[in-house]
Amino acid sequence: MENTLHQEHEHYDAEASKIGMWLFIFTELLLFGGLFIVYSVYRFLNPEAFHLAAEELNTTIGAINTVILLVSSMTIAMSTSTLQMRKKGATLFLLGVTVVLGLVFLVNKYFEWGAKFEHGIWPGSEHLKTAFSQGEILFFGLYYVMTGLHALHIIIGLIIIFFAIHRVNRGTVNENRAALLENAGLYWHLVDLIWIFLFPLFYLIH
Amino acid sequence: MNMQSEHLANASNYLTYKGKHRGLLGWILSTDHKRIGLLYLYSILTMFSVGVLLGLAMKLELLAPGKTIMEAQTYNSTFTVHGVIMIFMVVIPGLPAVFGNFLMPIMIGAKDVAFPKLNLLSWWLYVAGVFLVLGALFFGNGAPDTGWTFYAPYSFKTGTNLLPAVFGAFVLGFSSILTGLNFLVTIHRMRCPGLKWTKLPLFVWTLYGTAWIQLLATPVVGITLVLIALERIFGVGVFDPALGGDPILYQHLFWIYSHPAVYIMILPAMGAVSEIIPTFSQKQVFGYKAIIASTMAIAFVGYLVWGHHMFTAGMSGTAQYYFSLLTFIVAIPSAIKVFNWISTMYKGSINVQTPLYWAASFIFVFMVGGLSGLVLGSLATDVHVHDTAFVVAHFHYIVFGGTGFAFMAAIHYWFPKIFGRMYDKGWANAGWLIFFIGFLALYTPMFYLGMMGMPRRYYDYMKEFHGGNILSTFGSWVLATGLIIIIINLVRSAQKGVPAEANPWNGKTLEWTVSSPPSLENFDETPVIAENDGPYNYK
Repeated sequence: MENTLHQEHEHYDAEASKIGMWLFIFTELLLFGGLFIVYSVYRFLNPEAFHLAAEELNTTIGAINTVILLVSSMTIAMSTSTLQMRKKGATLFLLGVTVVLGLVFLVNKYFEWGAKFEHGIWPGSEHLKTAFSQGEILFFGLYYVMTGLHALHIIIGLIIIFFAIHRVNRGTVNENRAALLENAGLYWHLVDLIWIFLFPLFYLIH
Repeated sequence: MNMQSEHLANASNYLTYKGKHRGLLGWILSTDHKRIGLLYLYSILTMFSVGVLLGLAMKLELLAPGKTIMEAQTYNSTFTVHGVIMIFMVVIPGLPAVFGNFLMPIMIGAKDVAFPKLNLLSWWLYVAGVFLVLGALFFGNGAPDTGWTFYAPYSFKTGTNLLPAVFGAFVLGFSSILTGLNFLVTIHRMRCPGLKWTKLPLFVWTLYGTAWIQLLATPVVGITLVLIALERIFGVGVFDPALGGDPILYQHLFWIYSHPAVYIMILPAMGAVSEIIPTFSQKQVFGYKAIIASTMAIAFVGYLVWGHHMFTAGMSGTAQYYFSLLTFIVAIPSAIKVFNWISTMYKGSINVQTPLYWAASFIFVFMVGGLSGLVLGSLATDVHVHDTAFVVAHFHYIVFGGTGFAFMAAIHYWFPKIFGRMYDKGWANAGWLIFFIGFLALYTPMFYLGMMGMPRRYYDYMKEFHGGNILSTFGSWVLATGLIIIIINLVRSAQKGVPAEANPWNGKTLEWTVSSPPSLENFDETPVIAENDGPYNYK
């Protein structure tokens, strides 16, 4: 009796975890969806100011960061395949590369934000209020909120990947029980996907 | 011998089960869906009591014109905190978190929800949210005074301590999302063999619809509250007209969530009533598929009507027509349900018990609330009654009358299952009658006062409105008396009531096949639903 009870607690349903993760991704998309609505409304109302403000952003750093995230999405996808092939070392290596790429992204972001701060551009700064039009203030406000929230998601994603590395290393995530790693991958793709939308909206559309 | 077997039965039920932790820790660290359901019950009842006290204080203030017991600023904070507590901590989690957690896994023949740890995390987040909001009352420059809607731009101009309240509401929303996610996966993956979608109990169906709304609407208010917080801290500008932002946009984003949230409150209430009425009519529910279809229709159309909160806030005429039309359309599926409930009772063998009293009075107050909603949904009359006591009467009839009455119906229906004991039926009926009379006396005069032009959210009013307000305040005392009787009766019965049978009402859904209270794992062996079995098969 005791034994059967124990087995029931060990109940493992990879499909359920994956559905759960997909539903959570929906909620994340809607979270950013609210911001995309705000962005489109203000872009529609202030097309010229948004054009001017976008010229202040550094397209090169933005493009580099886009490439970094795309490559990191590839490495984490590869890590799920190598786990299926029972190559634990390769899996850990690919996850490590993903983490490094995520960190590089954040470092770039740090320098990018830092440069803006040096020019006196941050939400609520005197320089922003006096030297820029209302539309530009809104552009930079949204720039900081949306890229900031995205950076927060990068950090959360990195924590999940750290957790996956730990579990792969211990062997509790393996080719038969891969849901945690697959979910970490799904979440990381989401973070990547949101950036794919943020990059053109802020850096490319003029 | 008899003693022995009784002892064994008790040792294995979920209330007396001894796990890794003892005492209080055995509850607040338990991942058992039944214990989590009760944790929610106790925390929600606590917050409900706080909300009721604030409500009574407001009614006492309105007993006479001018200052009665509090200043205007105190009154503003009182209705704000009353609203935040009642909406975010009581009626939104209400039925899903308590009865959904406790009963849904049993009703689908499962041992637990899909993610038990996540379920416990949801409760912890709920508690964290509660403490954050309450923290706003005791620290900083006074309690929030914006109203529960946190309208911009006042929400970032007010000097009161708004940040913790906004952040608390965000955390409560997160808790709600996780509960919805958990329920969706559970209902999809864990139904017992033979339990097809067309055999799901209606309460489970409404939880399913609710879970989708929780999942898809809550993130939008989440980001909106984050923006309000950032506006307050940094001055981002998105809702600040001085920096080019638009406060009306805040209202849109807020109501895109908060109108569907009304259906988070009412759908599970409808589900509970749809369980109770067939049981006490001993008859197959009338139009099972129509109830499911109307549930999903409400969940869907409910997304598209948010603009009706903003008819007077500044909106194009075209948008007003569409929102008004959609508001009338969303009333149709609710009306379908009322016809279903009444038709279920028709020619049934009706067993008049406390839950049926609550369910029947639910139908009455829900209809009054729903029809008065159409007065607000028509453009011409809305201009007249907008922001008056009429609106307050309308949503208390729907939210308190609808969700509150259904909650009471549900607790009196499932009480023997949850606690394994029966309550005193005489006191329960007396409590219902007094509560019902108090409810009518409290809110009905507000319809009249609003029509006469008494605005809401003021601590003062003109002498002409005195008579109606006296009746309303008197009603609040009667309602509170009824509530005290109900709570004392239930608390006392949970400890000293007569032990209940497994199926005291002759219900046909799965929770009545297990012992009262249920064992730790609900079922000794996984139930199987035969081809001709159904949740409401009465002969």
